[in-house]
Amino acid sequence: MAKVKPRVKVPRSAKAGEVVTIKTLINHKMESGFRKDKKGELIPRKIINKFTAEFNGKKVFAADVAPAVSANPYFQFKVKVPESGTFKFTWVDDDGTTYTQEKKIKVGG
Amino acid sequence: MRVTRRQAFGLGLGATALILAGPATLPAVAKKAETADDAVKAFTGGAEAKSGKISLTTPEIAENGNTVPVAFEVESPMTAEDHVQEVLVLADGNPRPGVATFHFSELSGEAAASTRIRLAKTQNVVVVAKMSNGSYYMDKRLVKVTIGGCGG
Repeated sequence: MAKVKPRVKVPRSAKAGEVVTIKTLINHKMESGFRKDKKGELIPRKIINKFTAEFNGKKVFAADVAPAVSANPYFQFKVKVPESGTFKFTWVDDDGTTYTQEKKIKVGG
Repeated sequence: MRVTRRQAFGLGLGATALILAGPATLPAVAKKAETADDAVKAFTGGAEAKSGKISLTTPEIAENGNTVPVAFEVESPMTAEDHVQEVLVLADGNPRPGVATFHFSELSGEAAASTRIRLAKTQNVVVVAKMSNGSYYMDKRLVKVTIGGCGG
């Protein structure tokens, strides 16, 4: 499988207390576990089952994900940023692998 | 004890069933719920979900059921005292209705999110929001699906 590469879009800077929009995408097949291969055997489930976003160590947004979320799961959400800091995004795979990505945001004015 | 051929076969079946049931024990949304109504009940704990407060955006017709964009926004001041805690997204015509549960906090600013989901056929997308004061709001929209997106 192609290398899993998370992609996140966070604005570089914001005003204090501004609500910013964050877009995240990770390439992943999201194999539902209901599909069958050519021999008629079920393909084992392999999806991203959890996504979390933290800001300066505090959880701000999370999603529990079922197989009904499309391949290459995309999430867009909003976060209020009171101060400069770092966002940490974590995706958890069914096989236990976690993928993380960090992004800094500068708050001024 | 001697294992007869028949028993051995039964054992094999049982093992297969266990393996099939395996993925369902993984953390997933509404894993035990059979229907969307059950899933809503499990989420609200029997409380009635009122209408309003939620604006749900879905395409009227989705040509490809594999990726259907869904966006929602819940009206809320999003303060520590009054905010949206969780939002459950369901697809009532899918073999398993659970799609995702989103967790918000007072740092979320706005209880809005969008994602892309799989829809097997023409059906309702249901969104239930849990507020910090214990009330629930619900909204649903019909999405017409041209080509289903659940494989098989």
